[in-house]
Amino acid sequence: MRRRDLLLLIGATAGATAMYQAMTRLGFAAESPYRGPITLEGDPKGASVIILGAGLAGMTAAYELARAGYKVQILEYNTRPGGRNWTIRGGDTYTELGGAAQQCLFDDGLYLNPGPWRIPYHHHAILDYCRRFGVALEPFIQLNHNAYLHATEAFGGRPQRIREIKADFEGAIAELLAKATRKGALDEAVSKEDQEILLEALRAQGGLDKDFRYKAGDDAADFRGYARDPGGGLAAAPSNGEPIGLHDLLTSRLWRGLQNFALYDFQTTMFQPVGGMGRIGEAFARQIPKVIRYGAKVTAIQQDDHGVAVVFEDLHGGGSVEEATADWCVCALPLSILSQIDVNVSAPMKAAIDAVPYASVVKTGLQFRRRFWEEDEQIFGGISYTNLPIRQISYPSTGFNAAGKGVLLGGYTWGGPNSYELTAMSPADRIKVALDCGAQIHPQYASEFETGISVAWHRVPFTLGCAGEWTDETRRQHYGNLCQIDGRIVLAGEHASYIPAWQEGAILSALDAITRLHKRILASR
Amino acid sequence: MPNEIRCGLLLVVVLTTGVAAAGDALAPAAIPLSRGRLFEEQGGAALFASVCAGCHQPDASGASGAAAYPALAENGNVSSADYMERLLLNGQRGMPPVGQMMSDQQIADVMNYVRTHFGNAYGEGVSPEDVGAARRQMGSSP
Repeated sequence: MRRRDLLLLIGATAGATAMYQAMTRLGFAAESPYRGPITLEGDPKGASVIILGAGLAGMTAAYELARAGYKVQILEYNTRPGGRNWTIRGGDTYTELGGAAQQCLFDDGLYLNPGPWRIPYHHHAILDYCRRFGVALEPFIQLNHNAYLHATEAFGGRPQRIREIKADFEGAIAELLAKATRKGALDEAVSKEDQEILLEALRAQGGLDKDFRYKAGDDAADFRGYARDPGGGLAAAPSNGEPIGLHDLLTSRLWRGLQNFALYDFQTTMFQPVGGMGRIGEAFARQIPKVIRYGAKVTAIQQDDHGVAVVFEDLHGGGSVEEATADWCVCALPLSILSQIDVNVSAPMKAAIDAVPYASVVKTGLQFRRRFWEEDEQIFGGISYTNLPIRQISYPSTGFNAAGKGVLLGGYTWGGPNSYELTAMSPADRIKVALDCGAQIHPQYASEFETGISVAWHRVPFTLGCAGEWTDETRRQHYGNLCQIDGRIVLAGEHASYIPAWQEGAILSALDAITRLHKRILASR
Repeated sequence: MPNEIRCGLLLVVVLTTGVAAAGDALAPAAIPLSRGRLFEEQGGAALFASVCAGCHQPDASGASGAAAYPALAENGNVSSADYMERLLLNGQRGMPPVGQMMSDQQIADVMNYVRTHFGNAYGEGVSPEDVGAARRQMGSSP
């Protein structure tokens, strides 16, 4: 019996409380492991820790270790804190590997988050740090019923409102199931009493009429909206649109897009920092003044019985080679970087460091001279999904209903051939692709576009890729070895978590690493 | 990722005739966009331009930041077909397993292209059959 079947059986026979308890035991429905601010009790007696990388993992480690009494320093390649927690704003310049330089010409207040851009409500640790460090949050709109689902070969390439696809798909299924129920097809599986309740639920949830049909009418319109909305005064009566038939819905494949609103990671409420995701990295850095050494390119990490020595190039000082030492090391560099650095850790940990490829991801931001998606199409925030290489268009979750300009996320391509093909293009060509694709959904692109910026993560100098991509097999072989304390070195980052590519994973990984390291240090005295 | 929609046709081919950003003088003439989960480019030159060049650069000179993409130009490692097959099919360090999105023929083509260009002269000795055997050995599927 599969685990899920067992749960259904428990749920059916023992009621919801028993099912929830069983789910918790089996690993479903478990709450986040974060239990509030950590306390590292015990005196480290002046012990020092060098931390590599001033991303969220490295800065979490530095902040908490400093609070516990350790001497901490961070070496960071970039000239800013945050790592992949990063916002590109007007006036910023970004030079990618290969040498293409882009100057961001966005207007004041407009930005692109090239990396993380939304925070689920169940990512307790990052939400707690935002609260403690005074980072203002606002809602990130993931589901907007009035945004689009689009596929080039569905409905003649015309984008469809999410509202209509969702309501019609669920309505058609409810009608089918009601029909099967009333024909007795479920008699063996569902009791007569439950069938009555089921029919009642299908009618209420699916927008079915009194005869259990999903068709043009007031019941369906309550969910799918109207062909002409109700108004005021004379001739104000609404008119109902004709639902899309089941065959057309199924073969359009647009239902695939609906899971983006149902998955745990994307359920409401989601958040974003006011002013860009980079506000979190900036806030962390303010908590650890004078700890971060910028422009330091780590080239070797060597440990012995007495401590850890880190060799780095001072990129500001003409590349002069320096060495920093400490008693212990928290290495929060991406594995794509660390795997190329001379580091004396055990063979199993080295094999783990080498075993995790990084995802290919491309994002493109586009500034338009007016918010036509709001003015013309009543789309306030949210995401349209498409099968075009851009995959999605995300509308800004801030500045609603105001006159003036706006920046769309004009493409977010994660993995697959298109992500590599876009990476191989110049930034100008990536922007051209975003415009060509987006114009198939919003014809206003042609007349309203002003300026854009594009980030292909495999060309980002400080990471050489977006995020660690584990498989079940590499996790089984290497994850445990990656997370061990190896002598005086422990790793941290989203790659050392079961929440890869999310900032929560980076923070939880760092908290776990330093908690274990602290115990090890106290025990070693 | 679950939020990808994987289907459909697309008609976008970008020509690098517009405004070029600094540093892309060596960009290839055209990079097509594949329509599904597999690369549609055929032939070593096209595959190199669309896939490898993103990191290793159009002239195979590599690139360097906090860590580096090695130059494939004049690179003795590409003399080893086994090594290249392993990198393409399994990935390692900064190298993603892009061969998992290519056929045996495509992998052989792009390997042979790199082995006979950019100052490398190791011959076009790699066959699709060789790649298929390596793929089976590594338990990788196209």
